[in-house]
Formats: sequence, structure tokens, C-alpha cells
Amino acid sequence: MPQIQSPLPGTFYNRANPESEPFKKTGDTVSATDTIGLIEVMKTFIEIKADVEGVFVEYAAKDGDPVAAGQVLAELEG
Amino acid sequence: MAIQRLLIANRGEIAVRIIRATNELGITSIQVYSEADKEMLAVRLADEAVCIGKPHAKDSYLNIENVIKAAIEAKADAVHPGYGFLSESAEFARAVVEAGMTYVGPSADTIERMGDKVSARQTAEAAGVPIVPGSKGRIGTIDDAAVVAGKIGYPIMIKASAGGGGRGIRIANDEAELRTLAPQAQSEAEAAFGDGGLYMERSIQAPRHIEVQIVGDGKRAVHFFERECSLQRRRQKVWEEAGAECLDDATRKHLCETAVALAESVNYVGAGTVEYLYDDATNEFYFIEMNTRIQVEHPISEMVTNTDLVQEMILVAGGAELSVSQDDITKTGHAIEVRINAEDPHMQFLPFPGLVTKLKAPQGDGVRFDHFLYEGYQIPPFYDSLVGKLIVHGKDRADAIRKMALALTDLEIEGLKTTIPLHVALAKDAGVQSGDFHTQWLEPWLEAGNLTKGAAS
Repeated sequence: MPQIQSPLPGTFYNRANPESEPFKKTGDTVSATDTIGLIEVMKTFIEIKADVEGVFVEYAAKDGDPVAAGQVLAELEG
Repeated sequence: MAIQRLLIANRGEIAVRIIRATNELGITSIQVYSEADKEMLAVRLADEAVCIGKPHAKDSYLNIENVIKAAIEAKADAVHPGYGFLSESAEFARAVVEAGMTYVGPSADTIERMGDKVSARQTAEAAGVPIVPGSKGRIGTIDDAAVVAGKIGYPIMIKASAGGGGRGIRIANDEAELRTLAPQAQSEAEAAFGDGGLYMERSIQAPRHIEVQIVGDGKRAVHFFERECSLQRRRQKVWEEAGAECLDDATRKHLCETAVALAESVNYVGAGTVEYLYDDATNEFYFIEMNTRIQVEHPISEMVTNTDLVQEMILVAGGAELSVSQDDITKTGHAIEVRINAEDPHMQFLPFPGLVTKLKAPQGDGVRFDHFLYEGYQIPPFYDSLVGKLIVHGKDRADAIRKMALALTDLEIEGLKTTIPLHVALAKDAGVQSGDFHTQWLEPWLEAGNLTKGAAS
């Protein structure tokens, strides 16, 4: 099962801003260049690209969670 | 009453700096920390430490209730806010005083008055400080904005009344642009500050940023001369100097005196900075804003005036009179500070919160490194990227630049990317060496690839 990991430590967000919907929901098709979340690191927001393809299963990290580098953010089905 | 137990409501290098001052004053230091900051240097150095909540600043360093509760439980008699976080929150200053403690800084009313751009401008004008031609007060509608802009002249800068940190600022070159940009600035201000109030002023092209360090005791204020902080990226200061060589003596004297007049007009208590734009072409300066706290770049003023500003602000907060008169304060030589950020300057300044595997600080006469690092320290990703400040004091500007170049080669921080290569390149640059720069200088310099060229040579 493909996983999307955080490339760096920070705070994970699964949506572009608090009012919008999550980038992905269960059953969505994911391509490698899709943005699946944001990591806030030292007051800078960095877009997290899927880098893998598949069907979106779920976010493994919650919106607003502190995450470590290498931590799984989302799970896909290959 | 003199302060005996000081709670430090901040983190990072400024917390370390405040602890150094409390040690020298014989005051007990109580350091707050978030769950992500248990291992930070200030916690290790302080006499006491108390956890104030979860890693995110809103749950810890920005949480007034948690900080006040910690201060009461630790039996603190005073609170130092540092810079950033709650340092310019009138609500926080008020809560500290209402809880029966001393706030190391001006009164909540002064913070409020100088924190609102419109009332700050009115206060400055009343104290005789030159201000940029602009709107009299808040702008109501976009049509009002267009009328006012027509009178002031384009290009015009649109700013959030409650703003700070460059957010909510737009520059319009004509009325059509104004009508597009003003609503954007309004919604950005509303989102960032919960207050969509706008005001406008004439945009000065390519100005320098010059600021004056002041300290007041409520009756009297003195200045510690000026700093030039024109080298900025995304409105963040990168390289700062004391003093500003571009000023002639008469202009410097006038500039510093207006800062003192403004501070005295509000019975200012504590350390503060009055910021100005300076226009080389006309030799005119204009008030931008007053920061009612100690600033990141205070060490360069300390170096050229041989003063401990953090001790002085703690003493006046405790009720002491200023320890110096204006005549006692003299300026010797030239000082430069560079900000060492945990960012990769070769990768669009991508933050890099790494693990410090090696640290070697430069030594020598007139060299100072204010920081919060130690070998084995993991920098948390939740806060600002500033990890240290390298400060040098030379006999003149050329000597200070030479010293900075040397100190930078002696500074070794391994395990993370830092902005050291940027400063190495700046110290070598002919434009920096000649002092021929302004606030719009650094970003085009970076875009032109000067950093990469510097690294190759």
C-alpha cells in the first residue's frame, strides 16, 4: 500500500485554509503531482506532493498535527 | 519596587539574552517553555522553568491565560515579553499588571496607542516627528480611498491599520490599481488581524530603513543612536548596522531627537525603537512606526554605546530612574549584526530545522554571538527560523565589515543549513562595502544570482 511521508518536520494541514475542504477524500484518484497537504515549518508553508499514484484511502495524520520527518501523512491503494 | 523574580515569556536566543541580564542583576529567572522546547538552552540556563503548553505557539507562547497562570504559580513579580509572541499585546501587558506583577515594557495604553498605525502616526505628528504624507485616519470606502490617493499622489502604499510584519501592504501606481488592490488589502487585514481598517501613505521609492533606539523611565527618555537596517528580504531584516553612515551629523541629531521627543510625549517606560524611512535623494526622514519592545538587533546599539539595554529596561520597569543622561551616551566605532537563520539560502531559503552536530562560535575582541544552540540540540520546527545573531564591533565601518567576514569564517554550525553563506557573500559585495543600498536592494541582488556567484569565487 503506497504511503505518503512527510519530507520534513512541522505541522501538517490537509487543506489549503481552515474554510476549505481537504485536498483529498477517500476514493479520489491521486496522481504523483497532486498536492495532498501542507507542512508548516518555521512559519513557512510547503506543499506536499503525492509523488506516488493510486486511490486515496485516508489521512494518517490529522489536520493541525505536529509531524516528524518521515512520518506517514496519508495512505493510498496502489 | 525592584524586580526579584522575572518570568521570561519567550524562547530562543532572546530568552538566553534576558537570562544573562537577570544573572548580572542578581534577579531569579523563571523560563517558560512549550512541550517542544524542554531541551532548549534557556530552560537549562534559567534558575527555574515551567511548561506552558503544547508546541504550537497559540497553545503556549501566545496563550495569555497559560503564561499568566505560570507566572502566578511560580510567584514571579515581573514578566519580560522579549520580542515577537506577546511582546506587543496590550491585552497581555494589562493582564500582567492586573495579576499584580510588573510588565517589563511600556503601559498597555502606550502599546495600544503605538500599535495602531493611525494613532501612532497622530502621536508622532503631535510630537514633531516628520511623517509620510498620507490619509488623516482610517479609510472608509474604496471611493474615499481614491479621493484621498488623488490628493497624496501616486504611487501610494495601502496598509492595514492594525498591521505588522508587512502583511496587508499593497502599492498602487494609479487609481485602477488602487481599486483592485484596496479590497485585497482589506480582506488580508481582516483575516490576519480581525480588523479590516486601512490607511494610505505616499510610497517613497527605494528608501533606507533607519531606526533609533530609545529607553525611557516614564519621565525622561534617552536615545542610543541610530541603526540602519536596509538590507531586507520579504520585509525581514537580514543585516543591520549601527550607525547609519549615510546621515550627516545634523540629520542624525535631528532624527535621534525626534525619537526622544516621541518617547517622552507618551511617558515611555522601557526599551523601544522608532523606525523611519530615509530618502537619500532629499535627505528627508519620515516616521514609520514605533516598536514598543526590545528588538532583535539591539546588540549593535549596545556595542557602539557600551550599554546593556536589557538590564536597563529591567531596571526602569522596576521603578529605577534611567542610569544615564543623554550626555553620558557616546558612540564609538561601528557595529554590524547578521541574522543566522536555519534556512537554506541556496534553496529559496527553505527552512531547515536540523540537529546541531557541531558548534564552534567565533572568538575575539569585538565579536559576539547571541544564540540558543548547543551540540546535540534538535531545533524544533514550530517557531521562527532565527537561531543566532553574529555581532561585530569595529573601529569604523570598513573595519566592522572586515571583522564580520573573518568572524563568519570562524563560525561553524553543522547539522543544519543556515544563512551564513548569504552573509559571507554580502560581506564581499562591493555594493555592501560602499554602503550604497536601500530597502529594495537585496531581493533583486538575490534574483540576479549574486549568492551563487559569491559561493563560486
